[in-house]
Amino acid sequence: MSNITTILLIPGLPLLAFLLLGIFGNSNSLLKQGAGIIATAFMAISCLLSVQAAINYFVMANLAENGFAAIILFKYTWLSFGSGISIDMGALLDPISAMMLVVVTFISLMVHIFSLGYMKGEERFATYYAFLGLFTFSMLGLILSSNIFQIYIFWELVGVSSFLLIGYYFAKPSAVAAAKKAFIVTRFADLGFLIGILTLGFYGESFDFQTLIQRFTDHQSPQFLAISAASFMGITGLSWGLMLVFMGGAGKSAMFPLHIWLPDAMEGPTPVSALIHAATMVVAGVYLVARLFPIFAISDQAALDVVAFIGILSALFAAIIACTQTDIKRVLAFSTMSQIGFMMFALGVSNYGGENGAGFSASLFHLFTHAFFKSLLFLGAGAIIHMVHSNNMEDMGGLRKHMPITHISFLIACLAISGIPPFAGFFSKEAILHAAHTSSPIIYYLALFTSMLTAFYMFRLYFNIFWRSEAKPNHNTHGEGTWSMKLPLIILGVLSIVVGFIPFSHYVSSDGKSLETHLDLMFSILPVSLAAAGILLAAYLYKNKNEKPEQIAQNLGGIFSLIKQKFYIDEIYLFITHKIIFNLIGRPAAWIDKHIVDGFYTLTAITTEEFSSTIKGWQSGNLQSYALYFLASILGLAILIIYALI
Amino acid sequence: MNLLLLLIIPFLTAIGILAVNGLKQVRTVAFIGSMIQLCLSFYLLNQYHIAKELGDASLMLFEQNYAWFPSMGVYFHIGVDGISISMIILTALVVVAGVLVSYGMEQLHKEFFFLLILLSLGAYGFFISLDLFTLFFFLEVAVIPKFLLIGIWGSGPKERSAMKLALMLMGGSAMIFIGLSGVYYYSNETCFGPRTFDMLALANNGISKEAQLFFFPFAFAGFGVFTALFPFHTWVPDGHSSAPTAASMFLAGISMKLGGYGCLRVATFLMPQAAEYYAPVIVLLATIAIIYGAFATMMQTDLKYINAYSSISHCGFVLLGIGMLTKVSITGAVMQMVSHGLMTALFFAAIGMMYSRTHTRLVAQLGGLLKVMPFISSIFIIAGLCSLGLPGFSGFVSEMTIFVGSWQNPNMWYRLATILSCASIVVTAVYILRAAGSSVMGPIKDDHFLKLEDALWNEKLAAVVLLSGIVIIGLAPFLLTDLLSPGTDIIMKQLLK
Repeated sequence: MSNITTILLIPGLPLLAFLLLGIFGNSNSLLKQGAGIIATAFMAISCLLSVQAAINYFVMANLAENGFAAIILFKYTWLSFGSGISIDMGALLDPISAMMLVVVTFISLMVHIFSLGYMKGEERFATYYAFLGLFTFSMLGLILSSNIFQIYIFWELVGVSSFLLIGYYFAKPSAVAAAKKAFIVTRFADLGFLIGILTLGFYGESFDFQTLIQRFTDHQSPQFLAISAASFMGITGLSWGLMLVFMGGAGKSAMFPLHIWLPDAMEGPTPVSALIHAATMVVAGVYLVARLFPIFAISDQAALDVVAFIGILSALFAAIIACTQTDIKRVLAFSTMSQIGFMMFALGVSNYGGENGAGFSASLFHLFTHAFFKSLLFLGAGAIIHMVHSNNMEDMGGLRKHMPITHISFLIACLAISGIPPFAGFFSKEAILHAAHTSSPIIYYLALFTSMLTAFYMFRLYFNIFWRSEAKPNHNTHGEGTWSMKLPLIILGVLSIVVGFIPFSHYVSSDGKSLETHLDLMFSILPVSLAAAGILLAAYLYKNKNEKPEQIAQNLGGIFSLIKQKFYIDEIYLFITHKIIFNLIGRPAAWIDKHIVDGFYTLTAITTEEFSSTIKGWQSGNLQSYALYFLASILGLAILIIYALI
Repeated sequence: MNLLLLLIIPFLTAIGILAVNGLKQVRTVAFIGSMIQLCLSFYLLNQYHIAKELGDASLMLFEQNYAWFPSMGVYFHIGVDGISISMIILTALVVVAGVLVSYGMEQLHKEFFFLLILLSLGAYGFFISLDLFTLFFFLEVAVIPKFLLIGIWGSGPKERSAMKLALMLMGGSAMIFIGLSGVYYYSNETCFGPRTFDMLALANNGISKEAQLFFFPFAFAGFGVFTALFPFHTWVPDGHSSAPTAASMFLAGISMKLGGYGCLRVATFLMPQAAEYYAPVIVLLATIAIIYGAFATMMQTDLKYINAYSSISHCGFVLLGIGMLTKVSITGAVMQMVSHGLMTALFFAAIGMMYSRTHTRLVAQLGGLLKVMPFISSIFIIAGLCSLGLPGFSGFVSEMTIFVGSWQNPNMWYRLATILSCASIVVTAVYILRAAGSSVMGPIKDDHFLKLEDALWNEKLAAVVLLSGIVIIGLAPFLLTDLLSPGTDIIMKQLLK
């Protein structure tokens, strides 16, 4: 099979599943029954093709010895704006897109399999798989985009898939509200993205990634000079463009302060959270920055500093909140936000090329490993919720005896995310910390602290679910779930151990040339022992039921509730949207329209009517009054003429 | 192809409707007639492409010119370019869908379908006219039936709405008439000869800048009334919401496009210097309409009002595209006309289907319809997603074209206007999701809803007709831009002259 067919089939198969199940899934009983199997089979083929494409790519490009070059497999002008500016639909294969293809199709496959058991018996089973197909298609399209407008198109499509999947239980008002919130917040961020695209496209005279990168990294090019000369509020056009594009990325990746949709998005079915809100869609922001990385790193260090700042801030902020949440999915949501913060600041502290680009490789390495252990955590949480019928960790406890497979895989994932060797997260996190250490000590120490918090809240979660004394002794109703649920847990558990050993930076680096990194054991002692300390603290507080956590919370008082209420960011948003936008803009606009603008026309109508009913009286049919008007007019005219003549 | 066919078919359909009796026969005649017209409009598209491939470089194709009142310079001059063809196809699609959703019309069905077809006749005539007098004649043909459609078959305060709509549109017509008369009067100023209403001759000769500056506002604002130019938009909410479903679809889908087309083809094309002069005002008013319309929509509680106000906002994009005066933005404006026509017709169709079953349009009283009528609710959601500019649907490509085109204007104020207009897509998302979230999603609020039926075959077909137009443009926008390109080139040439 040719490369182009392969690359078209990878997103094409999930799209086909979407169309097939979306249009006929509810009317055809055969499709309705077999929806899960069909979609999973399609996804499996798509996954195999991605792996094949990735292997092909990395092996072939290795032979070239010039590092990994980007390959444009095809490009088709979709919407031309004249003078070389157009939206193209194309497929760009380079190390990061090849890597992402594998991650997305593989995690999606795992979620498809898991859902066979988890969503069994749902009324809209076919619709669910249709939406999964739509999401996977959009995400793959996003990854393969060769044009910044193309990425925006798929960006919006993943947004709407996320909306549809969060709102899957549409009869539940909270699910609808969460779906709306997710869509609107990311849409707001996308507004920035769009204006950023317009700016970059206007000055760069192209929407093509490679052209833009080439023009904006060449400091002599007319496009670079034009965009640098344009400035608004003292910031150059390039910085505006990049920061606005980053705003879009920050919205999708739930970076502070655009993160508020992510915890609520947990209203969706749990496998969906594993796919969209842990492993794939939420890292799109990281992917976007990585895609434009040469422009950031070579031409606009200021915008990259913003990325680093927002990244570390979000990482720390989310980790603090995660320590206080009791809904297990929300803990995982904040942990996702925190880990994406790690990826962001790793990009932010990186430079372009060679050893200086270590942060870039580290960031994408973390993206890679995180996808496995975080989706494992979510799927594990799904299995737990499936059994306990609650999201709240207070309803859990002692589950290790009832769900051995879930327990072991969850433990592996917790160790991985905490950065304990030899689990996957250790390698990627070490790489990030190493990169931060060489470029910015402040970020390094904050990151160290955050990773200690990570170990603490993850093991708080772990001990509360699997240890502690049992809260409800009688919740073991239908076992650990079907094999279709256990199998993905086992596979992901194994992978969460082994993927860390991949020499990632050999394949993925900022400039395409392979970069050899070595583990520095002396350097690792501090982060690992801090993580171990976090785990021990969690064990001390939560392994057995006791009063200590309560007491600590009480002692902290206001600070604790401030954190537990997520720093009241949601309330601030509510205030701005409801009090200011609805009451101070929306209502007055509607009122003005009804009473002033339309009132003017009503007034005109009334005046006309009054006027006509007044003059209507003149035409009374009364001969005497006509004679009177006649005489009076004659008299008036006569006087006028006489005066005028004299 | 003989363009007169585009007028003859609706005319014969109207006669046919009068000739037969009974709802079934009447609606069948109307359906067949509108389907023939739809096929004809695609045939026209095909013929147009063939002619262009053969290298026909004339401005207008398939021209025909008959003397009407030659002493006054009035000719029955017709012809089409890509812009008119896109409008004709839009009209044909909306008419087919409108006839289909009105299949259950019990009351005075004969008159109802007759007026619908008459209205479409006016629209077709308007889009193929190349003579200002003919154009104005057909514009009036398209106005009067609306008054009757709303006044007789409407709901709510229908008499008041019908009156308001008719009076405001008549006011608009009066302004247009002043504008057109002015153009006519000064048409022999630069080149000596008899005065003319012929648009091609007018464009070729040009009229003096002073005359343009004086008459442009009349023509533009007059057509602006039709396309909901702020502050002449207030007929839109009342008119749309009182109208019966098919009439709402016509009104928003076609009638508002008459205005946009007129602003472009008459005002901008014939008075380019004035268009440039008044561009900042147009941009300002369009931006106000976009933002203010969107915010006003957010506070509406009736689904039809929501769609009507959102039409104000969306038609603002048309005017913004025209006001920005770049080739890309004008192309975007025409795309937005087509897109909005289809999308809003789909929206009104879905609302009409919901209303005819639940007997309410208030968001607060609806809820959970996705469970009982999945098809109608899905159509509603899809129309909403199109309205908020989701890629894959026509709304996205047209809005993006306008944004890209507007951004090419490096003026700071125009940039600001563009940014504000872009911001409206967020507000659009808010009101669309609020409406969808509480009317078709959420828990079922009324137990009566559980007994309701989903869409019938005719309603499904209507939705599919409109949706396929939306999706085709959304997936393959180059089909539309290639069609429009020669037409917009001519307008740009006129502007750069």
